[in-house]
Amino acid sequence: MKRLLILLACTSIGSAQVALANPDLQKQIDDPNQWAIQTGDYANMRYSKLDQINKDNVGKLQVAWTFSTGVLRGHEGSPLVIGDMMYVHTPFPNTVYALDLSKEGQIVWKYEPKQDSEVIPVMCCDTVNRGVAYADNKIFLHQADTTVVALDAKTGKVIWSVKNGDPSKGETNTATVMPVKDKVIVGISGGEFGVRGSVTAYSMADGKLLWRGYSMGPDSDTLIDPEKTTHLGKPVGKDSGTATWEGDQWKIGGGTTWGWYSYDPELNLMYYGSGNPSTWNPTQRPGDNRWSMTIFARDVDTGMAKWVYQMTPHDEWDYDGINEMILTDQQIDGKDRKLLTHFDRNGFGYTLDRVTGELLVAEKYDPVVNWATEVVMDPKSEQYGRPQVVAQYSTEQNGEDTNTTGVCPAALGTKDQQPAAYSPKTELFYVPTNHVCMDYEPFRVSYTAGQPYVGATLSMYPPKDSHGGMGNFIAWDNKEGKIKWSLPEPFSVWSGALATAGDVVFYGTLEGYLKAVDATTGKELYRFKTPSGVIGNVMTYAHGGKQYVAVLSGVGGWAGIGLAAGLTNPNDGLGAVGGYSALSNYTALGGTLTVFKLPE
Amino acid sequence: MTRMIPAVPLILAALTLVAGAAAAEDAEAPKDNITAAREENGRYYTADDVPTFKIKDGTVDWLTYSGFRRYHAECHVCHGPEGEGSSYAPALKNSAMTLDYYAFVDVVTNGRKKVNVAENSVMPAFGQNVNVMCYLDDIYVYLKARGSGELPRGRPAKKEPKSDAIRDAENACLGTN
Repeated sequence: MKRLLILLACTSIGSAQVALANPDLQKQIDDPNQWAIQTGDYANMRYSKLDQINKDNVGKLQVAWTFSTGVLRGHEGSPLVIGDMMYVHTPFPNTVYALDLSKEGQIVWKYEPKQDSEVIPVMCCDTVNRGVAYADNKIFLHQADTTVVALDAKTGKVIWSVKNGDPSKGETNTATVMPVKDKVIVGISGGEFGVRGSVTAYSMADGKLLWRGYSMGPDSDTLIDPEKTTHLGKPVGKDSGTATWEGDQWKIGGGTTWGWYSYDPELNLMYYGSGNPSTWNPTQRPGDNRWSMTIFARDVDTGMAKWVYQMTPHDEWDYDGINEMILTDQQIDGKDRKLLTHFDRNGFGYTLDRVTGELLVAEKYDPVVNWATEVVMDPKSEQYGRPQVVAQYSTEQNGEDTNTTGVCPAALGTKDQQPAAYSPKTELFYVPTNHVCMDYEPFRVSYTAGQPYVGATLSMYPPKDSHGGMGNFIAWDNKEGKIKWSLPEPFSVWSGALATAGDVVFYGTLEGYLKAVDATTGKELYRFKTPSGVIGNVMTYAHGGKQYVAVLSGVGGWAGIGLAAGLTNPNDGLGAVGGYSALSNYTALGGTLTVFKLPE
Repeated sequence: MTRMIPAVPLILAALTLVAGAAAAEDAEAPKDNITAAREENGRYYTADDVPTFKIKDGTVDWLTYSGFRRYHAECHVCHGPEGEGSSYAPALKNSAMTLDYYAFVDVVTNGRKKVNVAENSVMPAFGQNVNVMCYLDDIYVYLKARGSGELPRGRPAKKEPKSDAIRDAENACLGTN
C-alpha cells in the first residue's frame, strides 16, 4: 500500500499530458454485432441496435448452445464478444475462457490465476466477479485479490499485472474495470471491513499507476478542488472529505467503489457512486460522512472531481450509492439535456444534469420506500438535495441497541448492482428491483484490520402489503420520475437487463428463468429455465449474420445468501410469501452460459 | 498479516482432540448435550459443563438473545439468516448440533479451509476479532437453540435480563468500561 501511495505522489502530476484517445474500444462498441464492454456502451445503456430477434418472433427463441464454466459460485456479469471471440469469466478463481465462435465455441485459451484462498472469506457475500474488459487487443481482468491483469486477447498471455489493494486488510474486488483512452480505471470492495474506497487509473500499456482518488480524506487524497469541485452548484470547500467526520474515522470510512462506471467522451468525465460509510452503526461516525454515498463526476485524465452529489448523508441503513449511472441525451421541456439517471439502493430514482450535477428528479421507484418522505428539490432550502428522514425509521435517532423495525427498503436496496437498461426508442428505463424491508439494530463494534467491521444486526422480509413476492421488474420514466409498469416477481430480480431495437427487454430471475418482455407494455413474450438462478447480465451479439442472446446462470451473491433459505419462517403466516420463500426449493449452484437463437 | 491466536482458545483447541474423540463414540448426540442442567449468573450449562440455551414459556436466556444479534452481525453475510445456510456457506444451526462445543470454538478461532476441485469454502480465523470472540458462547447457544428446533426463526420476543456478571465479562473482554 505504502509503495503505491509514493508512486501516486510521483506520477499524478505528470499523467495528464499522456492521454491519448482509445479509438479501438469505441470502434468495437459501435459495432452492434459485438458486445465489447460489460455495460453495453460507455453510457451504460445496455441497449443493442440488433433487431433480428424482435417482439414478434422472440417467443420462438430456442437454445443454440451451452457452456459450463466449471465453477459453482455466483456468476455475475456477462461474456464479451469481439469479432470471432467470446470471452467468458468465472467467479473465484476468476478463470477466463476465450471461445472461438467460428469453431462452435472451441476453447482457444484459458487463463486461471493463482490466488491465495484467504481472499475468499474477506469477500463479503460471495466470490462474484462482474466480468472482463477489452481494449487494444488486451483483456483486462480484475481478480478477487485485487490483482489487475492485462492478457493478450489472442493468446491469453499475461502482458502486465499490478496489485490494487491488500486482501489482508479486507481489500478485495468484485467489479469489472473500465478502459478509457490510455487508462484502465478500477475500483475496490471491502466497505464491511473498514476499507477506504478509491478509484484508480492505471496505464493501459504497462499498468503504471496514474492517479488515485479516494472517497474520503484530505483534498490531496480525494482529488477534490475546494473551489472548483461543486456539490449542487456550490464549491465544496477545503478538506470536505474529512470535515464531516469525527477524528480519524474517515481512515476506515468505507465509501468503496465496486459498481459500474460510465464515461462521457464529450465532457471527458467518468461517473460512479461510492458505497456505505463504515461501520453500519451510525452513532460511531457522527456527521455527513462525505463523500460516502456520493455520485462522483471525475475528469478521466487527472482524476479531479468536477462535481459530487451525496444522496444519503450520514447513512443509517447501508444504502451503498454504487449503482450504475446511465447517461442519456433527452429533451426536457423542449430543451436538449445531458442527463444522468441513477437508481439508488436508498429507493430513490435520481435524474441529474451530468454536466453540472444539478438535481432534476428524485422520486421513489418502489412505493413501499419509507425511510424518507422526499428529497428536497428547492435550491433555496437549507435542506436542498437532502432526503427527509422519518424519525421512526432512523436507526441513529432510535439509537444503539434499539431494533428499528419495518424499514423499507432493506440494506440490499430497492436495487443493488444489477444494472438497468435504457431504450432510446421508448425513453424508458428497465429496472430489476428488490422488494424487501428490514429490521436494523446498530451496536458498537471495534475495528481490527482484515476483520468484518459491521456493527448492526439485520433481519429482512417482504413488505407487509406486497404482492407476496420479493422483487419487481419495472419500467421507469426518468423525466417524470414515475413507474410506467411493474411486473411482480417471487424473488429479487438480481440480473442485469438488456433492451434491444427489436422492442424486447430481457432479464433473468433467481429461479433461473430468462424472460423476454414487450418493451412498451411489459407483456411476457418468452421464458426459459436455465440450469441455475440468474444473477448475471443478459447480453446479445450477432455472428455469421445471426443474432444471439446469452446469459450466465449460477445462483449466489448477496441474493443466494439472503434468499437461499428464505427470508422468513414459511410457517409464520406471511400468506402468499410462504409459497415461494426459500430459493433453495427452486435452484442449486452451478455456472453455465446459455446462448439463445431463433430457429433456422 | 500474521494472525496471533489468543491463549485461551489455544487451550480449548487442544481440548478439542479429547472431546472430539469422546463425542465420536456416541453416534447419537445425547439429550443432555442440550438440556440445561444448571444456571450460573444468567448463563446455562449442560451436565457436561458445556454452554447451552434455556427457553421457558417463550422467554429466552440473555446469551441466546445476544447470540441472535451477534450472529446477524458477524455470521449471516455468509451463512444466511438464522443459521439456515446459504448458497455460499453451510447451515450453522445444523453444525451446532453435530459439532461439539470445543470443535466449534476451534473452527471459529482458527478457521477452516475446504479448497479443492469441487469446493472452495474458507472459514476465516476470527481469533483476533473481539466482536466475535467475546460472543462465542452467545453465538453457540443461539445456534444450538435454532438447531434443536426449540427457537423458531425471527427475533426472540422475550428475553431474560442481562446479568451483571455477563455485562462485566463483556466489558472485560472488549476492553471497555
